[in-house]
Order: sequence, then structure tokens, then C-alpha cells
Amino acid sequence: MAQPAPIVRMRGIGKQFPGVVALDGVDFRLLPGEVHALMGENGAGKSTLIKVLTGVYGIDAGSIELEGRPVAFSGPLEAQRAGISTVYQEVNLCTNLSVAENVFIGREPRRLGRIRWREMRRRAAALMARLEIDVDVTAPLSSYSLAVQQMVAIARAVDVDAKVLILDEPTSSLDAGEVAQLFRIMRRLKGEGIAILFVSHFLDQVYEIADRMTVLRNGRLVGEYRTAELPQVELVAKMIGRELADLERLEERPPAREGAPLLEARELGRAGAIEPFTLTIRRGEVVGLAGLLGSGRTEAARLLFGADRAGTGTLTVDGRQVALRTPRAAVRHKIAFCSENRRAEGLIPGLTVRENLILALQAARGWTRPLSRRRQEELVGRYVAALNIRPADPDQLIENLSGGNQQKVMLARWLILQPRLLILDEPTRGIDVGAKAEIQRLVAELSDDGMAVLFISAELEEVLRLSHRVGVLRDRRLVAALDNDDELTTEALMETIASGGRA
Amino acid sequence: MMAAFSPAVLARRAAVPRKYVPVLVTACLFAAMFAAGGVRYEGFVTGQVVLNVFIDNAFLLVVAVGMTFVILTGGIDLSVGSVVALSTMISASLLAGGSWPAPAVMVLVLAIGTVLGLAMGAIIHYFEIQPFIVTLAGMFLARGLCYTIGTESISITDPTFTALAQTRIDLFAEMWISPSVLIGLVVVLAAAYVLHYTRLGRNVYAVGGGEQSALLMGLPVARTKIAVYGISGFCSALGGLLLSFYMLSGYGLHAVGMELDAIAAVVIGGTLLTGGSGYLLGTVLGVLVLGLIQTIISFEGTLSSWWTKIFIGLLLFAFILLQRLISGRSK
Repeated sequence: MAQPAPIVRMRGIGKQFPGVVALDGVDFRLLPGEVHALMGENGAGKSTLIKVLTGVYGIDAGSIELEGRPVAFSGPLEAQRAGISTVYQEVNLCTNLSVAENVFIGREPRRLGRIRWREMRRRAAALMARLEIDVDVTAPLSSYSLAVQQMVAIARAVDVDAKVLILDEPTSSLDAGEVAQLFRIMRRLKGEGIAILFVSHFLDQVYEIADRMTVLRNGRLVGEYRTAELPQVELVAKMIGRELADLERLEERPPAREGAPLLEARELGRAGAIEPFTLTIRRGEVVGLAGLLGSGRTEAARLLFGADRAGTGTLTVDGRQVALRTPRAAVRHKIAFCSENRRAEGLIPGLTVRENLILALQAARGWTRPLSRRRQEELVGRYVAALNIRPADPDQLIENLSGGNQQKVMLARWLILQPRLLILDEPTRGIDVGAKAEIQRLVAELSDDGMAVLFISAELEEVLRLSHRVGVLRDRRLVAALDNDDELTTEALMETIASGGRA
Repeated sequence: MMAAFSPAVLARRAAVPRKYVPVLVTACLFAAMFAAGGVRYEGFVTGQVVLNVFIDNAFLLVVAVGMTFVILTGGIDLSVGSVVALSTMISASLLAGGSWPAPAVMVLVLAIGTVLGLAMGAIIHYFEIQPFIVTLAGMFLARGLCYTIGTESISITDPTFTALAQTRIDLFAEMWISPSVLIGLVVVLAAAYVLHYTRLGRNVYAVGGGEQSALLMGLPVARTKIAVYGISGFCSALGGLLLSFYMLSGYGLHAVGMELDAIAAVVIGGTLLTGGSGYLLGTVLGVLVLGLIQTIISFEGTLSSWWTKIFIGLLLFAFILLQRLISGRSK
């Protein structure tokens, strides 16, 4: 089968940062009309490769060709003009403007300097129709979900006559239905001959959409494969470059727990956030919360932590009724909450690993009783080693760490407090396979040691792998609490989510 | 305050797009105040009362227009009052010297205001300093410059200025406006056109919606940010000229605190202080509401003028809360 000439060809790309070789002799090619997945752990060089291609960084070695001509872009704008558009994980649009404006701002149709609104709306509507995005182009972008915003970003990107579309983790905050919608649009664009470079941590998604993939590890090219010819397990092995015993050990289901109830929520609810629900968490038990994005998973967790005040119901800890009005009260009962939004709600980017680690402990002790430097170092050293935080330098600024390692620091911060209930909201989202496995193993170990864990995740496989019981949420209601026995499969879970109760 | 909140409730039911709610609330408030004045005082409900509000506040209107641009980008300009005072002072002193013709003075004053604004915008953008601090410095600088020109009030006797001050443009039914009102309305219309129908205007909204996003969408953020401070500087200088027509004097103590009146008018007009949302019509209504409060207090006769401040304060509280409610619900 004759392959079309590559639209992008990168040869022997090398890029160094002070003290780090980010890319070393990487070859990469992108064919028109294909979806090409760029795979690798965090720190493998995926982002650097994309940034090199779009001109954010210059290259130290190698060459880049676009349609056979050598190019060197000075920045994303120039790359965009040449036909390479990028849509990032965070939607970079102005949500206060209308959908039509977000697509066209900067290149509005004009006559004598006057913006032709009608023409702009007509063209925007036509573009949305072409991409089968069902929106009112005159409505402000803020009135639509993140998924739709992402699609509008893609519409903006492809309307500038794009030949190459780079999607950097576009699905990490979308639910299953929204991902399907995004994939439909990707297939359509692919059909139009646009080359799509796709970065995602969700292997299932990569296998669903990608034609070929390029695997990077530690800044080096591992290889280029056809998706159909590379089984998932082999892909993971190539990405992390080590045996998968860790992951596989977790495939066994954890045995059920018979401990005393640690926390019981009875008809706990909050208007507009989550309908009253009843949930018991035992000592040493991992309770998973499954459900689509916006189904009330985080809202339920926030009530248990006192981050929001419950409107109805009661909460008992150790059989005694408590009122958790603030997170501080929850911390006093040894409940810890690791937020899904680690950047905005958890880590403080300007502080070091050590400072971030001891923050919660120091807060719990009160500021009048500072931890001694020696005690700090001892604690930090222990947890950095236990969680395998890299780089293992406590005085490194937290913002310099990869997503997975930041997540581990968040976890460690709460573990220092030795909580009895650890609430983890999407702890593995957006982090690489290796770190994911480490966090999963850690959860299993903590639960073996008697810690109760409330585990929230959009990945049903992960929930099933770790949980003793699974609570299923749908439309802000806890519709089922299922024991994780042999009968419970991801299909059964999905069905429960879809039907709103066990059929 | 009932009048302020019931339209919001109505609007939700009647499906008025949320973005128009603040302007609508201000319009209803204005209508309600006007009606209340009509019930309470004889001879209040006449067209001339509204026109007088325009006549007495034309300079504030122009200054508030410039402020609207700045606030839409999420910035703030504290220097406007001082630039107004500086403009009156430069005009009065140059005209008193006698060697400068009136048109040349006007052009010079407008140029000085614009350049001052552009300079502050450039500092804000390129050195990444908060607009609050930079324009605070500009405020002290401009006010201080007034006193280097003179510490006393200088009266203006130039025929062009006095003509502009005293001319009445007659409308129908014995109603009239001053040339300043005409200038103010032209500025409002031009600014509304720029905001709605030009790239610069849309970029202003985009920058206010998210500077980082606007940058990544390839919009000229630097040019936009500097331009809004330039526009505000120009409007302040023009407002200063209008104030010189109105007062026929230049004085370093003119327009003390006008920056706060302008900000209040913009906020009461429904523009979000965080930027990205608001309309010029709202600003016009905001100025009218402020003016009408003064009118009502003067009709009342026995109330001290400080009550104006009290009402403005209460209104600001109400509108900030209203904005919070609206933006909170849209999440």
C-alpha cells in the first residue's frame, strides 16, 4: 500500500535544557488524513516535541519539514499561519464572547473596518454545522460545557485552513459522551485530509481513534507503530520500559472488608449540588465513586470533607454524630481530601516540595507551634522516598515537577497527617502510566494498613481494580452502592450509570 | 432597592439574555427614580430635567466613556480626575497668556492627555505592573503638575471658550442643551461604534475575558491594552476641556475624586470590574443615575449634598452584589 508523502517530517530532533536532554535524535512523521498518537510517560518529551514543532522552542539539532519544505517557526502564531494549529488541554478562548466571535476574533469579516456581524454569524453557523456541533453561535461561550468549548477551539483551529491539528490532552476533562462527540469531529477532519496529532493518557481512547502512534521514552524515540499491530500491554511496556508486574498484581480484586464502620453518611445532601445520599465507609475499605463528569462525585466528597456545608442529613464518625462545617473540622477527625484540581486548590506553585509537604501538618498543629527544621527534613525525606517522588530534592520548586510527581506531593501532604479516611478525587487524571500504577499500589497498601479510602475516578477499570465497594452516581444522585464481586464488570457499571439503577 | 432587584427576577422569567440584565436594571432604576421624583416634586417630570443632568455631567460622561474601555479590559484608571484638572489648568494658563489661539490649546491639551494615557498603558503592559499602582502614580503626577502651573484658580475669558460655555442649542418645546452635551453624545456614539463594530473594540472585550487566552488566540494584546489607556487619557483631556467650558476656569482642585465618580458610573452601568462584560449604554445610564441623585437632592432643598455620596455608596453596594449574583448564577 502506497503511503502519501508525510506532511510533517522531523529528523534527528535534539533539544537541551540546562541540565536536561529533553529530546535526543527523535524522528517523527505525520501523514495527511491520519490520527497519530504521541505516547510516552510524563517527561518523555511529548510536550517538548510539540513545542518544538510549533515554534515555542527552537531546536538544537535536526530538521523540521512541512510539506517537504524546511521550516523553523518563531512561535505558535507563525506555525498557525503555516497551517499547524494547536488546541491545548485548557481551553484558551474568551468565555465572555459569543461562540461566533471566539471562532473568528482576530480575523472577523469586515467591510471598511466595520465588523460584519451577520456574515460572521452565518459563517460560524456553517462551520459548526459542518463539524456537527450543535450550538447557538450567538450565545456566550460560557453557557456551554467544557467539551463544547473544546470543540469550538478546534473549530477555530481548523477554520484557519489547518493542515495539521495538534490536540494536547483534549479529553482529560471530558466525560464518555463528550469524548465520543470529539472523536466524531476528529474522524470528520481526518476524512477531510487533516493530519491530527493526538496526545492522551487514556490508552483506550488512543486505541479507539489513532491510526498510528509514536512512542517516546526519556527524550528518545522508541518506535513508530500501527495501532492495530501493537497490543496495549506491549505499548505500556514500551512506554515505561519495565515489566508490568506492578500493574498486573493489582488486577486481582481486593477481598471484601468486614471492619467497623468508620464514617456513615445518612441522607446527607445539599440543594443544587447532590441529592441526599447514604453511604458507609469501613476501616481499611476502599470505596470507589463512579459516574460521569458532573454526576455529583466531587460534590459528595466535598460534603464528607466539610468543604461545602450539608443542607440535610447527618454524618457519624466512629458512631458519634459530628457536624463538619469546615475542612478544619474534618481534618480534626482525621479526614483528608486530595482535590482533583491540584493546581488551583492544592499545591502552591511558588513553594518548594518540602514546604508544600508540611503545609497541612503545620496547619493542623497551628502556626504557634512550628515544626523544627530537623523534624521537617526527616518527614519529608521519608515521604519523598516512600512515594518515590522525583526529583528527590525537597528544595526543588513544586512547579518544576511533572504532574504525576505533583500529585504524589499532594498525597504525601495528607499522608503525613496519618488520616483515617483519605478522599482522593481523580488522583490519577492527567498523569503518566508509571505514576498511575504507583499511586494505585499506594492506595492498596494504605487500605491494607487499615486506612479507609474514598476513591473517585472517571476510569471505571481503575475504580474496579481498587475498590471494595463502588458507589454509582448519576445526575447528582447516588443510584447504587455495589459490592465489588466477580459479577461486577465495567460493562455492568456502565449499565448502572446509564440506566440509573440496577436493571 | 426593591426596584433594583425585581427586574432581575423578571428578566430571568422573560428570558432576556443574562448579559443585558445589568443594563436593564440600571435603566429601570433610572426610570423609577425619575417617576419617584415626579410624584414628590412639582415640575420634575420635564424633558429639561433630564437634559440638565446631561448638561451638568457632560464632562463626567466623557470621562466615564474612557473609563469603560479601561475597565472592560479588566484594568482601572485612577488618573482621570487629575488629568481633567491638569487639562483645565493648561487651558486656562495658556489662554491667559494670550499668545495661544483657542483651537491650538484644545489640540495640545488632548495630545497631552492621550500621551500621558499611552505612557501609563505602556508601563502597565511592558513592566507588568498593576494598573492601580501605575495610574495612582499618574494621578499624583498630574495633580502635582497643576500646582507647578499655579496654585490659584485662573479664570478663562477667551471668546471661543466663553461662547462654547454660553451657547444654547435649542431643541423643540423650549428644551435646550449645551455644546458640551453634543460633544459628549458624539463621544458616546463613536465609542459604542468602536466597541461593537471594530477589531479594537472586540479585542478590548477579549482581553478582559482572559488576557492569556487572547494572547494565545493571536490577538494584539499589547496594542489593545496600551490603546485603552490612551483612549482614557484622551477622554479625560476632553472631559477637562468640557469642564473648562462649564467652569470657565482652570484650577488644581477641580475634579477632585472624579475618578471615583467615573468608576461608580461604570459599575452602576453594569460593567464588571473584572472586565470582559458591559455596555456603553450602561455607562450612560450610570452617569444619568448619578446626575439624577444630585438633581433630586437639590429639589429636596433641605438635604445636604453629602447625601449624594451616601446614595452613591448604597447604590454601589447594591450593584456589586447584583453583579455577584448574576455572575455567580452563570457558573
